[in-house]
Amino acid sequence: MSAALNVRNVAAALFVAVLALVPIYSATTGNAFPLTLFTRIVIEALAATSLNLILGYGGMVSFGHAAYLGIGGYAIGILAHHGIYSGFVQWPVALIASALIALVIGALCLRTRGVYFIMITLAFAQMIYYVAAGLDQYGGDDGLTIYRRSQFAGLIDLSDRNKFYYLCLALLLASLYVTWRLVNSRFGMVIAGSRSNDRRMRAIGFPTYRYRLAAFVIAGTLGGLAGALLANNTDFVSPAMMHWTRSGDLIVMVVFGGMGSLFGPLIGAIALLALEYLLSRVTEYWQIILGPLLLLVVLYGRGGIAGLLARADRG
Amino acid sequence: MLLFLEQCLNGLAFGLLLFLLAAGLTLVFGIMDLVNLAHGSLYMLGAYFAATFARLTGSFVAGAVLALAATLLLGFVLEMIALRRLYGRDHLDHVLGTFGLILFFNELVRLIWGPAGLSLPLPAFLNTSIEILPGVPYPTYRLAIIAVALAVALGLYVLVMRTRLGMLIRAGASNREMVAALGIDIKLLYTLVFGLGAALAGLAGLMQAPILTVQIGMGENILILALVVIVIGGIGSIRGAFIAAVFVGLVDTLGRAFLPELLRAVLSTMAASTAAPALSSMLIYLVMAVVLVLRPEGLFPAPGR
Amino acid sequence: MAEALLAVDCLTKRFGGILASDELSLDVCEGELHALIGPNGAGKTTLLGELAGELVADSGRIRFAGRDITALPVWRRTALGLARSFQVTSLFLDFTALDNVALAVQAHAGHSFRFWRPARDQRELRAPARTALERVGLGARADLLASRLSHGEQRQLEIAMALATAPRLMLLDEPMAGMGLEETVRMVALLRELKREFTILMVEHDMDAVFALADRITVLVYGRVIASGSPAAIRANAAVRQAYLGDAEGPVPDG
Repeated sequence: MSAALNVRNVAAALFVAVLALVPIYSATTGNAFPLTLFTRIVIEALAATSLNLILGYGGMVSFGHAAYLGIGGYAIGILAHHGIYSGFVQWPVALIASALIALVIGALCLRTRGVYFIMITLAFAQMIYYVAAGLDQYGGDDGLTIYRRSQFAGLIDLSDRNKFYYLCLALLLASLYVTWRLVNSRFGMVIAGSRSNDRRMRAIGFPTYRYRLAAFVIAGTLGGLAGALLANNTDFVSPAMMHWTRSGDLIVMVVFGGMGSLFGPLIGAIALLALEYLLSRVTEYWQIILGPLLLLVVLYGRGGIAGLLARADRG
Repeated sequence: MLLFLEQCLNGLAFGLLLFLLAAGLTLVFGIMDLVNLAHGSLYMLGAYFAATFARLTGSFVAGAVLALAATLLLGFVLEMIALRRLYGRDHLDHVLGTFGLILFFNELVRLIWGPAGLSLPLPAFLNTSIEILPGVPYPTYRLAIIAVALAVALGLYVLVMRTRLGMLIRAGASNREMVAALGIDIKLLYTLVFGLGAALAGLAGLMQAPILTVQIGMGENILILALVVIVIGGIGSIRGAFIAAVFVGLVDTLGRAFLPELLRAVLSTMAASTAAPALSSMLIYLVMAVVLVLRPEGLFPAPGR
Repeated sequence: MAEALLAVDCLTKRFGGILASDELSLDVCEGELHALIGPNGAGKTTLLGELAGELVADSGRIRFAGRDITALPVWRRTALGLARSFQVTSLFLDFTALDNVALAVQAHAGHSFRFWRPARDQRELRAPARTALERVGLGARADLLASRLSHGEQRQLEIAMALATAPRLMLLDEPMAGMGLEETVRMVALLRELKREFTILMVEHDMDAVFALADRITVLVYGRVIASGSPAAIRANAAVRQAYLGDAEGPVPDG
């Protein structure tokens, strides 16, 4: 992959530049809203990037990815509830918990394919949702407030909105880089090949199940990271974080942005959240417009926004 | 013991309602290869229609019949305007498109009926109990649900196995192109099948309405259970859906009723009361996981799938 | 002759009421090109499925290179040296021809839990892939998407992928399927060259090609072996003529 000066790469570079400038814009104009909005966008983009690995590149339609955000978030929340505020403890726990649960769920779900896979990932995510809603001592349905953000022994103060934003942005860029490396590596070839023709992959000698499971775990772990950031951002965790509609939102971001494209999730996150924001200014019932719009895009707009950019490249 | 019997009947009723929902879902998937997540929305609308029409006409039964008709009609319209364009596309497209429809319907309901739920009170003649065994009263309405659902199940069986339409449905499930090649108006067949599925969903919704509150989002919770039923029973198989649905209904209901007690007997009270609600919710998914490990295609997968 | 490279012993497989493999036994010796012929529905593709590991026979055993592979999953058999091409072309259509073959090379270059170095930069994968492509005559088409290749070129690509796994036995399922005259001639030339180096078990309907290439022929009818031997013996076999060759379009070739 050369750093060619094509439309897609230029657009991506522009996006990153804009993202880096947001806190400065907010500080100079005194308007905190862009910073708040974009912090959320960056975290959602990270979550969508984690899904892109298995959905966009791997073709595994997981309708339960929000569960890993919830697990990461609840790890932070539960530990904070018990007085453990050190990020050095919380964040590894969040990542390991997400990884382990992704391992168990993935091991079960990946025994199935196609529609079964979609339904089963949805079912397991719902199960985790109900478990969280049933945890009365951690707020149950109402959720759990976090009174202190993750502490990193003075290295970085997460309560400082600017510093927190740059941390999120740095983690997003790091995830994008890692994803780029992954999908071009031998491992990535197996995942992509398995998506293209799994039967053929096995015929040439790949035990595809274990590679897909590994990808599933990596995606879940990154999702847990996004969840940890989310918990710190909202100072709050609740089962709603893992409601299946959130999983749906993530899928929309990946698909809208362009499946199997690196910056697709970022574009999709911006697009969906911007759309949400704009439509909600038009009407309180903005989902009435978003819903059919989604259907229309599915029916008539192939390849998402990154696909449009790719066509601009060629044309 | 009596409690157990009562819970078994509750489980049966719930299971049969799940069957109505799952049957529609699996029919649509089996014949048109369409993953319709908005099926839950049809369930919800069946309940909302019933509550509204009952209030307008003053009669529960009239409300129910009108609601059924309305859901059937809505099913036809939905299929013709929107969903038929999804046939033959990637399942991911189905998931996204019908997800959009769920958002749409939830907001539409909120717009028309408001965020608070509705209630559908039972008419006097149903709001009674019958002694199923000497000294054992059981709500008439739940018996009515069981009776109606069993009748519908029987009707479905007759339809699919004994009529020409049913033959086309079975043929279409294993070989779509062949049915089209036979000169049958495949579009009409699909619309009818979808309408049937919608009506089943609406029926389940309106029957459930007096027992649970009629509210936004009620469709999705039960939809996911219906998906579990289909996974366990095997996609495309109505017989599998029936057996799995009753099974799931019983396991879920009995689990919620008796698991807390069982846990209390084994664990300390505190541990039991923490774990009980979580485990009860998880129970049916754990069962699904076990089935998946043993038979990834479900217990009765339809042939040719 | 030493133990056969591939020994199929009494394989039986039922699909509902149909007996696809009926106590089927055959063997393939090292270095030969063994053709498997028979009318449609004879169970040839079922047999290949059983040999490759996609289908599990109800009873019987399969020995390959001295090992009992009857219970091995598909991907393990390839590691042992069993390569397969498909009757209905099965490629990675959104990858280039080179990528397709490189994947086959990668499958046999250790595990793929390598997450960092770009695979497309790795000469240890790309070089053998190019060699395989050139061997089948697709060297110039290496960077085209597999979906853009002609049907005949796709069949050639299938062979290249089988080659890239450094096989001991190649299972070819109708390599000439759907090919025009010119493409068939090229494929026969290729196979004639390959058979000098590899052992091949080939299912084919094209009788000209079969008699031109085969060292031995086995005839399958209703899942049963009705004859097995040299091309001359098969041509002379009355039962075979009646069951299959005599019914085929056109006279029996002399070639």
